Amino acid sequence: MIPLSWYLILAAGLFSIGLFGVLSRRNAVAILLGVELMLNAININLVAFWRYGDISMMAGQVFAIIVFAVAAAEVAVGLALVISVYRRRNTVVAEELDLLKW
Amino acid sequence: MTGEQVIFLIVGAVTLLSGFMVVTVRNLVHAALWLVATLFGVAIVYTLLNAGFLAVVQVVVYIGAIAILFIFAVMLTRREAAETGAPLNNNWWVGALMAGLTFSGLVYLLQTWSGFSKTASTIPSGFDAISQLGAALTSPQGYVLPFEVASVLLLAALVGAVYLAFNKK
Repeated sequence: MIPLSWYLILAAGLFSIGLFGVLSRRNAVAILLGVELMLNAININLVAFWRYGDISMMAGQVFAIIVFAVAAAEVAVGLALVISVYRRRNTVVAEELDLLKW
Repeated sequence: MTGEQVIFLIVGAVTLLSGFMVVTVRNLVHAALWLVATLFGVAIVYTLLNAGFLAVVQVVVYIGAIAILFIFAVMLTRREAAETGAPLNNNWWVGALMAGLTFSGLVYLLQTWSGFSKTASTIPSGFDAISQLGAALTSPQGYVLPFEVASVLLLAALVGAVYLAFNKK
């Protein structure tokens, strides 16, 4: 049997890697890739707590499905924003996007 | 060490390694493909947790839709400077420090919790996780309201994405 701690440590590691990507990448698309890693780490935690808690309480799996929907919405809007910015400024490097109005 | 633990260790190592490649490789198409590997690892972790439906949803929604969307966005926003410049910004060591502090803080907090190393209870015979999940998602005593709110959120995201990416010229 796998103890709960293994899943929690895996999720913590994946979350930290995603956080590093969000804080350190220059390309806006790569920042969104880091956000995806963080959301996946959260989902591992939710499903692990469902499995190791009361298995007839489906809240963990339901919340994981809600996170799937939120991730899809976030990627669609985020990538549309990146493409819109690329059309106007011809760049997707986050540190070159330093104007509030163009 | 049981076979299940060996599988978990291999899958966890592959997942973390490909996650690290996602945030460090220069070529963004490669980063998106490493993300696909990471998402497959997470799907196998769901299977190990007896959540087969979520593993299928992970493959269909994340790998089938989100990863492909990323590859499309990378190809629509190509530029020479973005391909040749440094993949990380000048403050990357602050990001690495924050990530390391987050990881050690999380592990420290978790190992003080009493339920940290508990093992899973056996699944009662006749327990059907998928029908339980379907009932929970559609019954008014369950989670029908968050389910409907999620569908409205997806509709709003659809309209917003079309509006934002629409070329007005």
